[in-house]
Amino acid sequence: MGEDGVVASDGGLGGSSQVGGAAGAAPADCEETVRRLYYFLDGALTAERRTAIRSHLDSCGDCFEALGFETELRRVIADHCREHVPTALKDRIADAIRREADGADGAGGPGGRPTAGAEQA
Amino acid sequence: MADQATFVDDTMGFMPSLYSAALRMTRNPADAEDLVQETYLKAYRAYASFQQGTNLKAWLYRILTNSYINTYRARRRRPEESDVEDVEDLYLFHRLSALELSSSGRSAEEEALERFTDDEVKAAIESLPEAFRIAVLLADVEGFSYKEIAEITEVPIGTVMSRIHRGRRALQKALGSYGLERGLVEAHPS
Repeated sequence: MGEDGVVASDGGLGGSSQVGGAAGAAPADCEETVRRLYYFLDGALTAERRTAIRSHLDSCGDCFEALGFETELRRVIADHCREHVPTALKDRIADAIRREADGADGAGGPGGRPTAGAEQA
Repeated sequence: MADQATFVDDTMGFMPSLYSAALRMTRNPADAEDLVQETYLKAYRAYASFQQGTNLKAWLYRILTNSYINTYRARRRRPEESDVEDVEDLYLFHRLSALELSSSGRSAEEEALERFTDDEVKAAIESLPEAFRIAVLLADVEGFSYKEIAEITEVPIGTVMSRIHRGRRALQKALGSYGLERGLVEAHPS
């Protein structure tokens, strides 16, 4: 069901080589480059289309700038989404796992013990 | 087979990215903390069934995503079925390129991007409908491939691609509207 020239179709790797065939080694233009920019950035194109778009990018300043922008946008979004884990949460999770481990090992059950973690010391 | 005894050492390094994703999914810190704790407990219990050497990060994200969908969709009762509107390619790029900014060797558009605040970027992501939000987060914040995202979210890869691409464009539109309010973005493309 994948788009022509796109590797990542439902068939997995099996569907990859034949879809590139239709587009063959035809040169890419601005329209194709913009339309497939995400596939290009995501590494999801067949080798032929990837090469064709790369060579278009080498010769087209506008498309090259658009590529740079989309790359930068992705970095900016990821950077703004990095969060610190609250220390209390780390502790809570460590305690919960310790209780779980104790519950599974002994007869205690998941009720938890007030002195959880004593055996770790 | 993975050994429960090494669970903490094996998985703690993923907590910052799981917590960041949980915050964007639930949109509030208390729920995000509960979701991450639930994810770790479920992962711990199931760790013996995790195939050592396969993708641990994707496995944890699958538990996180399933837990989020089960818990929060159930709580909301009505699943969020909303769609995103169609937005043209390079939406933000074209609206930022009209701006005159002091250039320091980088393009004006890229420089304009730096002016968006943490809150604006987070709010833009959180404005996306659930399915699109999760797909974009997994792809662009966590760097998962289409195939990995299809496995994590248990939807066909064609649907994953469509959600990522349309979600990205909708995200550009949302960012654009914040930028417009602050005069960072041109109303009409250049």
